[in-house]
Amino acid sequence: MTATVTELDALESESIFVFREVAAEFERPVILFSGGKDSIVMLHLARKAFAPAGVPFALLHVDTGHNFSEVLDYRDATVNALGLRLEVARVEEYIADGRLRERSDGTRNPLQTVPLLDAINGHRFDAVFGGGRRDEERARAKERIFSLRDEFGQWDPRNQRPELWSLYNGKHRPGEHVRVFPLSNWTELDVWNYIEREGIDLPSIYYAHERDVFERDGMLLAVGPYSQPRDGETVSKRVVRYRTVGDMSCTGAVASTASSPAEVVVEVAASELTERGATRADDRVSEAAMEDRKREGYF
Amino acid sequence: MSTLLRLATAGSVDDGKSTLVGRLLHDCKAILADQIAHVKTVSQARGGDFDFALLTDGLRAEREQGITIDVAYRYFATDKRSFILADCPGHVQYTRNTVTGASTADVVIILVDARHGVLEQTRRHLAVAGLLRVPHVVLAVNKIDLVGYDEAVFTKIAEDVNEVADQLGIADVKAIPVSALVGDNVVDRSAQTSWYDGPTLLEVLENATGRDDISARPLRFPVQYVIRPQTDEYRDYRGYTGTVASGTVAVGDPVIVLPAGRRTSIAGIDRPVVTATSTAVAERPSAVAGEAVTVRLADDLDVARGSVIVAADASPGTRRELAATVCWLSDRPLTVGARLLIKHTTTTAQAIVTKITGALDLDTLGVIDATGLDLNDIGKVQLKIAAPLTADPYSSNTITGSFLLIDAHDGWTLAAGMIDDEEGELL
Repeated sequence: MTATVTELDALESESIFVFREVAAEFERPVILFSGGKDSIVMLHLARKAFAPAGVPFALLHVDTGHNFSEVLDYRDATVNALGLRLEVARVEEYIADGRLRERSDGTRNPLQTVPLLDAINGHRFDAVFGGGRRDEERARAKERIFSLRDEFGQWDPRNQRPELWSLYNGKHRPGEHVRVFPLSNWTELDVWNYIEREGIDLPSIYYAHERDVFERDGMLLAVGPYSQPRDGETVSKRVVRYRTVGDMSCTGAVASTASSPAEVVVEVAASELTERGATRADDRVSEAAMEDRKREGYF
Repeated sequence: MSTLLRLATAGSVDDGKSTLVGRLLHDCKAILADQIAHVKTVSQARGGDFDFALLTDGLRAEREQGITIDVAYRYFATDKRSFILADCPGHVQYTRNTVTGASTADVVIILVDARHGVLEQTRRHLAVAGLLRVPHVVLAVNKIDLVGYDEAVFTKIAEDVNEVADQLGIADVKAIPVSALVGDNVVDRSAQTSWYDGPTLLEVLENATGRDDISARPLRFPVQYVIRPQTDEYRDYRGYTGTVASGTVAVGDPVIVLPAGRRTSIAGIDRPVVTATSTAVAERPSAVAGEAVTVRLADDLDVARGSVIVAADASPGTRRELAATVCWLSDRPLTVGARLLIKHTTTTAQAIVTKITGALDLDTLGVIDATGLDLNDIGKVQLKIAAPLTADPYSSNTITGSFLLIDAHDGWTLAAGMIDDEEGELL
């Protein structure tokens, strides 16, 4: 008999396999959960991997303090509905007591690394699931599914373990941990097709809504407590949606009328810009901005 | 419904591999405006023309040195299917990355510079593709524009490669004259190679079949993790999770659980049913190779991670000794007597290398005597293992036939292993 497994089913099975390997081989895994679509899909896959039992992992949110309220509400509702344990590492606490200093550009994404590493050490997490996808960015394209981090949380792209077949090597020494990327082989379009197929709820900001925005560096930034127009930047009411959800001060919206997963699928398939290119100021800093952040221990 | 094809590239330094990948993505319209703008800016800043390699070479050191260091994964789709491309580096020191990329590939594209012909690296890449049993090998004879689109040059290289492929037992090598820089025969047919009437690279990729139909082989189901919810609704539930490695599994099928060797049957196969607030399972009648499922057994047996559920009429038995071919991926050499860890399906156990029976000589493609193995060597070894493994020869099952050797001290992955046929010879 011949049987063909479709693309989405193949991706789903690969991700579920990864979750089960980690559950079996690590003692204290944790899922990085921001309330963004990739982490939501990741949690959905983890739930499928262990049904009818619950997810045997805690969640960790590295909170920049610059949040969309819809996303925090979604996070808390999900945690409550599923009875999950949520740990929050707060960038604001680090700024308040001087361990971190606010950057001149006001962006807090790069500041997440230290609270993240402290949380990993403090809770002795040995496997940390991230929703990073290889199609997102050039440095992420080089990432393993199981990616070893040393005591300093550093990634050494020139010295990664070979990763063969579906034999994932999670061996690590005390103090080291492994970042695990179950969505490595998913594209943005796969994620949206899957959200549509599975009927997964997302925070409302992923769909078209009216918002006061101003334009900066070719991106539409929301007017809010963390991002105010500068001289010469004019505010207008536009119909927009968010393609990625991150720190409010550096995540841009896109003009869009897509109000359902099916409409987003059509929009993403026709897009002329990549997800990060359209929406993330922090990746525009240099040729290798993401690589530099990842080397230091970023997601 | 579209299916996925996994491909890997291999070539020597300066064969133009990253350029080919960039060209393939570009001509498939898989490169978006901001990526093109980025490459334009960087290319101009360096005072050069649009450099396709910059589309894939993402690391700082790669851009500085103009080489590819690690496997980069790329994703693109045509109207016919979706592709996952593992772009592997050409440098000898990064051969381990070629092995990595080829281990999951349905197609490997080996590049040869038309001006240089077959090199030692070409032989190495062909050997890796043959050993890992990649179903299709495409030979891209690149820079054909630099030899004046000379048919004789192309034919000679194709013949040389076919000779090597024959020796290695690789059945299917498709040679294509291409220029990645200009775009000849990558996606669009070249007007310069009228003597070539075969398919373009993309046509080969769109029409390639995947791995042999592993669903037609006997059932192998390595147990990953045991689910016991112990909730009111699922008080006595005991589900064995895993991904079907080969064959199909259906409710009622008689099976044997190894290594214990106990007979039982499949009582149920469950699929998850997950809503925003509830987590449950529903029954499904069967599952095929590649699907991640949960099975329940008719009898209450001792089944744990490392157990393998197999077809009752086609049990492979278990073994504590293996003869295998290994690709040595570490700069720490292997010597006889080494104590290592072996990771095979869902079992990790101690192993001792009892014998090194030979190494592949890339010049003659024969096996020569060896007392140790160094980085990038392909050798034959015998292993004694502390736990019984449920294993098949790699030639009949790439999942139950493959393993890793791991350094017990620091966890480093030292080797990729493929279990030999009973008769012994894989090389």
